Amino acid sequence: MAFQWSVLYFLVLLQVSFTPIFAGSSGEEEFSEELLLRPLPDRKVLAHFHFESRAPPTEIYGHHHRLFPKAIYQLVQKFQIREMELSFTQGRWNYERWGGFNPITSANAKPPGVELWAILDVPPDQVDASWKNLTHTLSGLFCASINFLESSTAYSSPDWAFQPSSRSLRYGALPREAVCTENLTPWLKLLPCRDKAGLAAILDRPSIYRGFYHSQRLRLTSTEVGSEKGMESGIVLEQTLTIVLEPDAQRPNTNHLGGRVLQPSWSLRSIFGREISGRCVLAKYSTVFIEVERNLVSELKKLGRRRGVAEIASDSWTDPFFDLSVTPDKTIKEMNVTHGDSSSILYEFSTEKYLDYEPFDVGLTWKLPVVWSSPQAPFRASRFLIGSGNQRGSIAISLKSTEPGEGFMSDLAREGCTVRVDVFQVVPWYVKVYFHTLQVFVDGRHRRVTDALEKIHVSPSEDKVSPGLMEMVLRFPCSMKSATLTIEFDKGFLHIDEYPPDANQGFDIPSAVVRFPDFQASTYYLKDNSRKSALLSKFQEKNLLLSYTEILLVPLATPDFSMPYNVITITCTVFALYFGSLLNVLRRRVGEEERFLKEASMRKGMLPQLLSKLSAKLRGKYKDSPQSSSSSSSLLNPKLMFKVALVAGIAVGWHYYFE
Amino acid sequence: MKPRMMAGSSGDTKNPKIKPRPIVRIGIFLISHSIVVSLLCFAAGIVALILLPLFAKNTYISENALMPGSANSMLSSQDVKEANKLVKDIIGLKLSSEEARIEIPRLIAQHMADAGSEVYYHKFHPQMSQFYPLHFFSGSPNSGNIKENHSCVSHAINTVGIIRAPRGDGKEAIVLVTPYNSEKVELGEALSLALAYSIFSLLTRVTWLAKDVIWLAADARYGEYASVTAWLRDYHIPQFSALEKLDADICFESGYPHEQNENQIRTDVISRAGTMAAGLVFKVVDKHKETDKDTLSIYAEASNGQMPNLDLINIVNYLAVHRQGLRVKVEKLYFLLDSVFLKIVGDVLETIGKVARSLNARWEFGIPVADYIDGAATLASSMYHQALGVPTGSHGAFRDYQVDAITLEISPKVSLNNEVRILEFLLRGGRLIEGTIRSVNNLLEKFHQSFFLYFLTSPSKFVSVGVYMIAFGLLVVPLPIIAASLYCDANVLDSHCIKEQQKSGPASTNEAGIAFQSWRWLHAAKVVLVIHLWGAIVSLLPYLMYQFPEMTPTTSMLSWGLLSIASLLFLHQILGSPYSCVTVNQSPNREWAVLKSMMIAAAGIGLGLMSIINFATAQIGALLIVPMCLMVHPLKHVYRAGRLRTLAVTACNISLGFIGFPPAAFLFLKAYSEGLGSVSAGDFWNWVESLWAWNSATYLYLGLIHLPCWLLFMYVLLHPC
Repeated sequence: MAFQWSVLYFLVLLQVSFTPIFAGSSGEEEFSEELLLRPLPDRKVLAHFHFESRAPPTEIYGHHHRLFPKAIYQLVQKFQIREMELSFTQGRWNYERWGGFNPITSANAKPPGVELWAILDVPPDQVDASWKNLTHTLSGLFCASINFLESSTAYSSPDWAFQPSSRSLRYGALPREAVCTENLTPWLKLLPCRDKAGLAAILDRPSIYRGFYHSQRLRLTSTEVGSEKGMESGIVLEQTLTIVLEPDAQRPNTNHLGGRVLQPSWSLRSIFGREISGRCVLAKYSTVFIEVERNLVSELKKLGRRRGVAEIASDSWTDPFFDLSVTPDKTIKEMNVTHGDSSSILYEFSTEKYLDYEPFDVGLTWKLPVVWSSPQAPFRASRFLIGSGNQRGSIAISLKSTEPGEGFMSDLAREGCTVRVDVFQVVPWYVKVYFHTLQVFVDGRHRRVTDALEKIHVSPSEDKVSPGLMEMVLRFPCSMKSATLTIEFDKGFLHIDEYPPDANQGFDIPSAVVRFPDFQASTYYLKDNSRKSALLSKFQEKNLLLSYTEILLVPLATPDFSMPYNVITITCTVFALYFGSLLNVLRRRVGEEERFLKEASMRKGMLPQLLSKLSAKLRGKYKDSPQSSSSSSSLLNPKLMFKVALVAGIAVGWHYYFE
Repeated sequence: MKPRMMAGSSGDTKNPKIKPRPIVRIGIFLISHSIVVSLLCFAAGIVALILLPLFAKNTYISENALMPGSANSMLSSQDVKEANKLVKDIIGLKLSSEEARIEIPRLIAQHMADAGSEVYYHKFHPQMSQFYPLHFFSGSPNSGNIKENHSCVSHAINTVGIIRAPRGDGKEAIVLVTPYNSEKVELGEALSLALAYSIFSLLTRVTWLAKDVIWLAADARYGEYASVTAWLRDYHIPQFSALEKLDADICFESGYPHEQNENQIRTDVISRAGTMAAGLVFKVVDKHKETDKDTLSIYAEASNGQMPNLDLINIVNYLAVHRQGLRVKVEKLYFLLDSVFLKIVGDVLETIGKVARSLNARWEFGIPVADYIDGAATLASSMYHQALGVPTGSHGAFRDYQVDAITLEISPKVSLNNEVRILEFLLRGGRLIEGTIRSVNNLLEKFHQSFFLYFLTSPSKFVSVGVYMIAFGLLVVPLPIIAASLYCDANVLDSHCIKEQQKSGPASTNEAGIAFQSWRWLHAAKVVLVIHLWGAIVSLLPYLMYQFPEMTPTTSMLSWGLLSIASLLFLHQILGSPYSCVTVNQSPNREWAVLKSMMIAAAGIGLGLMSIINFATAQIGALLIVPMCLMVHPLKHVYRAGRLRTLAVTACNISLGFIGFPPAAFLFLKAYSEGLGSVSAGDFWNWVESLWAWNSATYLYLGLIHLPCWLLFMYVLLHPC
């Protein structure tokens, strides 16, 4: 009976889903909150919060908003932002273990620190000024030093490799920015319920900052301004928080089961320390998803077949493997296009019916050990420095095929099949990159650069003015196993006041971005299932597959900062000597001096006498050398020596006996 | 200088003497009293050197961020028990060396992977030690251009595990190294692996990690240094060329441990973890020598006298002494401990210190005799190892990439045969290393606060560069003074001779004679130049000898000597003998003085240059060269002097000539420290071979500065004046 009802429900929903929901024609502000949880292969759990606020175009709706944050609205109006993305990240996304080929990774795996890019809809000559103001505003809004991106040495304007086709894009990254709760609080303030109600209420600060990865992101898309004016969607503010947490810190080998390790079981309470007590009443909908990855599903199916689970199609086929503590409201299946025989599954839970005294605490309990790996991007990109010392070095970007043996797509690995890789890299000006030294190695063989390079755009750095920018489109054969790009650089010298605090740490080169435009990281869900979910519609958008490389630390020659003191001392000494001798020369009268000297020599002072005696001795020494050993005795007048010794002896004795 | 000199030393001219400027007068004064001044300076230099242990300061932790010992240790007995299991596993592997070579890396990798880290194998070939005359100082002389035909069996396999700091940004890394011999694992090596494992598995769970941690289990089949340096080279200067890759593919099947179910362990890539902040090499040595405490020995000297930052030694010393109660040692020259001379000096110093303290209680410069002797022996060892320029352990490989690293050698107080004792020992050692890692982890900047140039006189005392360079300065100061004085004297005398001649004979070749006079240092300079050229040739000769590989050290040594003499004769044949000076109407007995002054000038310049490259070498070199330069006097010339003086000068010169000759000095020292029986001519060859194998600048110093200087000394000594 229940099944029939649900079918009916779906049918109704199908009806609804044909009418365009997100075209904005509703003319109302909207806010929605969603949370996606996904078990990761290395015993961790990914939690992805997605909050979306929409404001209709000003022309229709006016300037006053009920839900949409005013600060953001004013930001858009003032700086004519067409698109903007700001991310604060702590920790590194582990592409190998947590997956590199899904919408969450390509949109939410960000480099450590702060990354900001914006497309500003202002005349080209005002973009820079506008950007500078924007950085200051954001800096104040999010309690971060984003204002360091104001300096023209810190940001760049990529042509095409970062985001396709935009002239007024500005991109900047601050790899060293520390991210903490002071950045999260203003971010939460933008939500209508803040963290007082709804999904955001479970964001317990100690537990989320204890995690392995933490990235808060704010993305703004607006059609308020410029050429696209008049289109209907207005301003869309998308706030996401992606966290990777470890459910339980128990030792891995305590719960063995048949030699393999059982995945840890978890619940919202065990990973966040809190439960969801109802939705934010201002939200249009408030949903929690638990995702079972594509590879996990296929692994489970394989195990199921081996264990003889009869019916894989039925809803309860996963029962032997894990339990969900709350029955899902709905199960959504991925519409599989390319990826083999399995498709990921989403369990949907609506939090609307839960209240304070009956909180929502979904959990997942594993019953059998499962080992799987997340889907990978075709190449794993990493970047490292070559060489040591303070003089020169080189940067290497290496691409390794993630599927050993055959190429990444065996059906496409034909003759002449190529794969496109875009590389976008910004290097600070004090790392002076020589672009002509670019070398390409494919599968351990040196290749001519022109063979691999399809398109390149380089804007060399200018000392103390702008960073170096490199955008490349490379084509590699599909069967390639590894490729390496190297480029050499010289390390520059900074002026003493250009060094940041803690200069001896070294200097950061921000992450490079490697994109694979031939691949789409989108996930499509069966049409009827994907109604009214901003998160799922985000997954279905055109998502380019990209990955960020590591941040590099370049040790530069650093002065000893206590040196200024020494420099002042030596400068003063040199000045004193210079002026002293100058004055001496100016006031000296040579004629007078000679006269004085003559008089003095008539009088025959003591020293000249001694000198002449000495010189006589010296000359005598060569005539009769045996004498020479006693020649020095004239210096040490025995009488004088005796007197001195006597006085010293008396003093010492006096001191000794009076203590 | 010359006219003023004449004015200064000979005030017999008619017109009144004009008083020169004070600075010039000081110069003249110094030169005219050159013998006294140089004797004083030299004696003061020696005294300053002897007094160095007295001036040693206590070490202190300079970088505040390190905060050693401020956190409680987290290593528990549970971790240690796990580690002990690994010890038993390794010892329990009763395998042939061939199997153990593969099985032990597999076991370690398995443990690393279970702890939850990234693991990979690093395979390398041993590098042949070869002499590359043009690759001194270039860091890595063997940049992969020699590919010998290695069989797959000759590979050694390093196992490397990397912990990614959970919230770190991966820019920096701390490296732990545990060398072990894969062909025959001993208990000590197994213990050091277990020690590393206990810390490693702890670090995968801690929350405070900010830098990545790399554990390198180095396969020391071909020596510890070779394996560490091979890994560091591949980490920093990877080769993307095809040759190695192909090689690896061929040997893939046989060379690597087989993994059936583990797909996490990679074999073909080097994972990296950013810039290295510090390296810790640790070893457990089961010495079977009973002491009252567990002992920790610290080795720090890297190539060419480079030292790690003193802070690194400080934190290890602080944690070992104040937290774990270990006895900390640094190397010392043990034969100096029984030295009578040091004992006398120590006694004298102690007495002086006592008297001084009784005069004024605030004068505290005396130290007990035992402390003095100990400090002097440690200082001598520190100086010797820095001067030698050969690293004292595999930490030296790190310094080539500007990474601070030290070797910690922990030895238990009693033999480790029962389990409780092993557990306690592992816990103590593990906590020490954990504390050190935690301190380095706290570090925001790289090590830069404390000293890089220092000698240790005990683990907690050091002599900084500001103090020990005084001794060197005092030793070197006489050289320019003596050189100037000799040159001036020679010229003055010659001008007298010329005057005499002018008075007596017809003034025919007057002008030419004077012109010739002022240029006659050219001949001496030519001689000095030729000798230095010879020195360069001698130091390049071993390259030639390496073309004949089947030579014993003794024959190599002999042929080196013969070739050197031959080349010297050849050079004289084409460039003229040192003594065949064209003496035109000339008093020849001053010729040796000019030659000596030239020799001294060259030696002074050489010492000055060397002091920039390797201070300790220059300091020890100065102790030998400076007396040679000061004392040398032609034997023929000496006989004209008095009897006693002749005897003294001759004895001094001959003994200096013997000691100054590098092979003789080396063999003499060896005989002194180890007894006469163990000395053979090949030893020197082996020693020199080790010098160039380690790219030591001391070799260059010996070949380019010391040896020419000694030869010139001999020339002057045998000058037919």
